[in-house]
Amino acid sequence: MIGKLIRAAAVGAASAAFALGAQAQTIKIAYIDPLSGPFANTGAQGLAEFQFYAEWLNKRGGVLGKKLEIVPFDNKVSPQESLSQLKRVQDEGIRYITQGNSSAVGLALSDAVTKYNERNPGKEIVYLNYAAVDPALTNEKCSFWHFRFDANSDMKMEALTALMEKNKNIHKVYLIDQDYSFGHAVADAAVAMLKRKRPDVQIVGNEFHPIGRVKDFAPYVAKIKAAGADTVITGNWGNDMSLLVKAGREAGLNVDWYTYYAGGLGTPTAMGEAAAGHVKIVAEYHSNVANNKAAGWDAAYRKQAPKGNPDFYYLRGKIMFDMLVAAMKQANSDDPKKVAYALEGMKMQGDLGELEMRKSDHQLIQPLYVFTLQKSAAHGGPKEAKIDMEGSGLAPVTDLRVEPYVTATPTSCQMKRP
Amino acid sequence: MEFFLVQLLNGISYGLLLFMLSSGLTLVFSLMGVLNFAHASFYMLGAYFAYQISTAIGFYPALVVAPLLVGAIGMLVERFGLRTVHRYGHVAELLFTFGLAYLIEEAVHLVWGRAAVEYRIPPSLEGPLFMVFTSQYPIYRGFMMLVSMSMLVSIWLVLTRTRIGLVIQAALTHPQTVEALGHNVPRVFMLVFGGGAALAGLAGVIGGNAFVTEPGMAAAVGPIIFVVVVVGGMGSLAGAFVASILIGCLQTFSVGLDWKIAWLNITVAQTAPVLPYLLMVLILILRPRGLLGTRDG
Repeated sequence: MIGKLIRAAAVGAASAAFALGAQAQTIKIAYIDPLSGPFANTGAQGLAEFQFYAEWLNKRGGVLGKKLEIVPFDNKVSPQESLSQLKRVQDEGIRYITQGNSSAVGLALSDAVTKYNERNPGKEIVYLNYAAVDPALTNEKCSFWHFRFDANSDMKMEALTALMEKNKNIHKVYLIDQDYSFGHAVADAAVAMLKRKRPDVQIVGNEFHPIGRVKDFAPYVAKIKAAGADTVITGNWGNDMSLLVKAGREAGLNVDWYTYYAGGLGTPTAMGEAAAGHVKIVAEYHSNVANNKAAGWDAAYRKQAPKGNPDFYYLRGKIMFDMLVAAMKQANSDDPKKVAYALEGMKMQGDLGELEMRKSDHQLIQPLYVFTLQKSAAHGGPKEAKIDMEGSGLAPVTDLRVEPYVTATPTSCQMKRP
Repeated sequence: MEFFLVQLLNGISYGLLLFMLSSGLTLVFSLMGVLNFAHASFYMLGAYFAYQISTAIGFYPALVVAPLLVGAIGMLVERFGLRTVHRYGHVAELLFTFGLAYLIEEAVHLVWGRAAVEYRIPPSLEGPLFMVFTSQYPIYRGFMMLVSMSMLVSIWLVLTRTRIGLVIQAALTHPQTVEALGHNVPRVFMLVFGGGAALAGLAGVIGGNAFVTEPGMAAAVGPIIFVVVVVGGMGSLAGAFVASILIGCLQTFSVGLDWKIAWLNITVAQTAPVLPYLLMVLILILRPRGLLGTRDG
């Protein structure tokens, strides 16, 4: 009897020790993005892809013998909500955060993380930004603790306007964007770059609408039509993108769309096949790029993807984790400060070309693509249009590959290192 | 001219949708004195039910079944919730509906998830209805107008031409007398509350696929329908109609205005979402009973 008790106690102690060990064996990454509200679909996409990466990595033994865990925190795209979630992250002792949706949130987080790190040496947090593209984050408001893996909005506009420069059918351009820092950054970049590259083009409208609150875009579409635009440039994302094109389609608006984010999350479905040939997108990846070394990864993701988020969207998410893992290995530590130093200036051969985490501002320099949604090959489109988006019958076809050095815009960042 | 006509049509169709949403709210308020905070949640339920039913048996059956289901839920809420809370006064009722709104939202999260569901316009209602010079006017917007107009007419007929309508009207002002005449006033209340919920549900069926069906949709329309009811006059159906059209057109036309407001450096278009609230504040100051309301305060 006593022997049994002792044995039970020993087993209990051993398993407790094991549980403690297991806890130290995981590296947690807080995913702070909208998981409810009007942009929940956007947040769900990133979460699904990042968890897919973590699972893949953990099956291969993780990094430094530790497992990677993505911990979701819902911020409802609100900067205030994000800061209170950051507080929870700090309380739980999580040392890495990742966020992408909304630059307003990005600016708030970058600022809060930087201040927190100054006051709490030894408890630093690294902020991995996969989609907040306001140029300010790597220019006047740059921080040592912030790393951006997406091209910023100026870089993307350079790529879009590079294509517009060649298209002589563009005469009247209408700009419509969400009314916050990112939307204004897109509009300002468009105005400046069109002036430089296509001085003959007339900008017939420069509209801002409240983010996530417009349900009926029909009045905006009527305005675009009345302005006589043949081309619309928009940085809209989430429902603001799909509702805008849906209203355009219903009103029979005949324009070409130059967009940042029409490539997923319900937008291709909302547009339908009528949009074929009229929608251009700039991004670091689409499923039909030439010499696609990420094709296997893409297919593996699709095979297990959740129903609402069927496509592989964020190659930059994969790049982000590849670089993070490489930096941890290089530093031989998961201490955020050491990892941050290993991460800055890191160069890597990516699936589609050279990658560099620029040391001066922590902006990833990577190849970009401008592509058009065409009817997929199965629906009588060009043969490159192999894989369609969301089963919509619309498939991306490359117009232009922009090499990394071309996208690298100068920075005004004066980095303060700890 | 083309721009003006298109915006007018857009404004009216948006206004009619607002009317569908707010008519139930104002009816319930006028009869029961209950300001139903959960009203927009019934709108959301209508959209989700219609999504579920239309994927199973098609859109047109959903158009009938979904509002009936929502109406049935509304009656249950009145019978087993509100009626009990009623004796503790209006504040308790208000708090009850306030809590109910959160409860419904969480229930929707649990059942359908947090992302938008794919509730689409049926293929038979897609495409242009007619041309306004060179602009298409979509069939679906015409359909929205048709449904809300026929709803308006049927409410009016029920209220003025049927026995139950007369009882409802009488119960509005003299509930004790009506009860003394042998009518079951609590039952009338239950029917009206269920009817109001069903109207919101119908608006959900129509609005859910015209825009987006997602768990935030109730919170998105909630404030605006209160504005409609306040501007139109608490409890006035005709007032709600006028206010809906007014606010629909106000929002639509202000989008089209690029006048700069000099000292703020913004355009009128950017202020479009705020204008209805500005209107509400002005109405409350200048004419507290609303445009067509009959009672003060």
